[in-house]
Amino acid sequence: MNFNLTEEQQMLQDSLRRFLSNEYTFEKRGQIIHSGKGVDETTWRAFADMGLLGFTFPEENDGLGGNAIDTMLVMDSFGRALVVEPYLSTVVLCGGLIRDAGSDSQKAAILPAIAAGEHLMAFAHSEPGSRYNLSQVVTTAEKTGDGYVLNGRKTAVLHGSQANQLIVSARSHGDIADPEGVSLFLVDRNANGLTVRDFATHDGHRTAELTLDNVQLNHDALIGEQEKALPLIEKATDLAIAALCSEAVGAMEALNEATLEYLKTRKQFGVPIGKFQVLQHRMADMFIATEEAKSMAILAASEADSDDREERRRALSMAKALVGQSARKVGQDAVQLHGGMGVTDEMLAAHLFKRLTLINLLFGDADYHLGQVSDQLLAATA
Amino acid sequence: MDLNYTPEQDQFREEVRKFLADNLPDDIRQRVKQRLRPTKEMTQRWQQILFKRGWAASAWPQQFGGPGWDAIEQLIFEEECAVAGAPRQLDFGLRMVAPVIMTFGNEEQKERFLPGILSGEDWWCQGYSEPGAGSDLASLRTTAKHEGDHYVVNGQKTWTTLGQHADWIFCLVRTSSEGKPQQGISFLLIDMKTPGISVRPIIMLDGEHEINEVYFDNVKVPVENLVGEENKGWTYAKFLLGHERTGLANVGQWKALMNRLKELARESRDGQRPLIENVRFRDRLAQLDMELRALELTVLRVLTNESGPGPQASILKIRGTEVGQALFELLMEAMGPDAIAHIPDALDLGYEGPRVGAADAAPAAGDYFNMRKLSIFGGSNEIQRNIIAQMVLGL
Repeated sequence: MNFNLTEEQQMLQDSLRRFLSNEYTFEKRGQIIHSGKGVDETTWRAFADMGLLGFTFPEENDGLGGNAIDTMLVMDSFGRALVVEPYLSTVVLCGGLIRDAGSDSQKAAILPAIAAGEHLMAFAHSEPGSRYNLSQVVTTAEKTGDGYVLNGRKTAVLHGSQANQLIVSARSHGDIADPEGVSLFLVDRNANGLTVRDFATHDGHRTAELTLDNVQLNHDALIGEQEKALPLIEKATDLAIAALCSEAVGAMEALNEATLEYLKTRKQFGVPIGKFQVLQHRMADMFIATEEAKSMAILAASEADSDDREERRRALSMAKALVGQSARKVGQDAVQLHGGMGVTDEMLAAHLFKRLTLINLLFGDADYHLGQVSDQLLAATA
Repeated sequence: MDLNYTPEQDQFREEVRKFLADNLPDDIRQRVKQRLRPTKEMTQRWQQILFKRGWAASAWPQQFGGPGWDAIEQLIFEEECAVAGAPRQLDFGLRMVAPVIMTFGNEEQKERFLPGILSGEDWWCQGYSEPGAGSDLASLRTTAKHEGDHYVVNGQKTWTTLGQHADWIFCLVRTSSEGKPQQGISFLLIDMKTPGISVRPIIMLDGEHEINEVYFDNVKVPVENLVGEENKGWTYAKFLLGHERTGLANVGQWKALMNRLKELARESRDGQRPLIENVRFRDRLAQLDMELRALELTVLRVLTNESGPGPQASILKIRGTEVGQALFELLMEAMGPDAIAHIPDALDLGYEGPRVGAADAAPAAGDYFNMRKLSIFGGSNEIQRNIIAQMVLGL
């Protein structure tokens, strides 16, 4: 039991934070968001040079053999700087899936390309109406002589349009929410029959809606075992949840720093507003909420790689629920303490608030995950 | 970073568990499991058992008779004790005055006072608060006048927990009215049998006698009972409060309560179904389970911090007491209408009269009322927020 970073981890965190504060400024980020592409190639290449894009891949695939704790460090720093590049989609979700379930040839083809910064990917699983229910998949995969044909719709595909390749879930067996019968497929961005509609998100990221209309795939597009993908999807989701928890903690810490600075400099009635006890206590509560969220983000990162499904999912749900509640509190209070300035688009605080709000809506919000913890209590008594 | 316990820590936990299974007397365990207050005799008997094993003071260094455990081992020990149903050890001696004597006392004081605290023979209570000095502790008015080889103490202390049992009281007294209020305070150790001391009970809202008023009327205290330097008591007082706060997170006790809540949820009925199937109740249980996990990890983070807990201990006091209060509240609500009957005799040793509901329904509402104290004592949670705002955030 220890909470210390290794020397290498500490060095990585320091250099990443230095890079982001020098190169990834608020103004620069604004330009990236408003560019047509929505992601910055130079920044992405710099991440590749730092080794971040292959951090959690095996060494034989040009990776560094890291784990979810390493992802935590990266995401925490990204949260502080509000990085909008597709790290979650490409490295955590799709990279994680290929690493954990891909064939040797899939790993060899994809992981080094991601690590080198040459390949962007997106995970297309959610569908209209499925909300956070992972087993609900209506999109169909029909088996043919030489492969599969996919039909259906996907929603909330983070950075779907920016990706060169997607991982798409589809069902070839069972009812729409049957845990069995779902498979994962590699689909090229320019595949015939695939329509991708790109949207900006409120927090400067990108999302896409997908339509799959008779998309034809070869046998080798299948990832892992046919019709047994749900455990893989759960695992990838848990890796994403852990990453988002850390990103949220980084954003909350940055938000607290910005708010504290504001409380110390903004004057009303002749004194800095931070002298008012009613605001001090609110700030103290934001600080406490962030520390508790940090504890749970560490728990999430520690459990995310575990193969003990029950224990892992319980820990991840507890973490996502508590981080969601804390982020809502810290975000709303930070805007309130900034007063009128807090509701303008010029303030960093407003952008941190927006990111925190959207993180809660991804991969299960606080209510959903509290419900998961609650249902596990019931299951444990059965 | 690794949240797993090491094999040595797991082994240590097993050792503690086995010791508790073999040595915690049944009568004490049963009483604590029903959340009834252990008698003075029980608390002292348990302290003696721990003393013989060398585990009487989990936080003390070896040179003073402690086991020399690190922060994790202390937490494991406390958690196992609480979950097994061991009585809470008395903080006033072990966690409050002892660290002050170890750090600021002279050799003679260490030799004279520490052994009695360790063995549990000496029962200590705390003389900090006064009727006019609660959160504003430094405004205290009890005076100690230096006259030859002793001080003459006059004044009143209040909220003195378990003072009715005490052999000794550690007091903050005013030895000077010069300068700022903090500057004229001294730290005195006073024998409760000294002529001029009288103790009067205060009945708390649960109907129980837990706290007292202590009056000092020309009480003569030998000068060798002054800890450290005269007029430097405020420094020692703050040091003590820091130690008290880290003990207030109470994770082990809250885990024991959570276990009982889960058991109750399975066993009690809500109409035709078990209570656990009531989704509104279960969601609140889940919320608390999650908050308790976050508290536990935050305690571990703060207490294993190499630079010491410092003002961050205020987080533990606030969250520890908030989680505890919420647990007692949910426990009462889990009992439901079984909690409304007030049967004071049912809290006494050997009660065999009529009851309502489960054996531990009797203390449920009283505990809920009583535990409102948690967010008030040890520096109210509002004072803790001031400390965070000023000492941590620099506001």
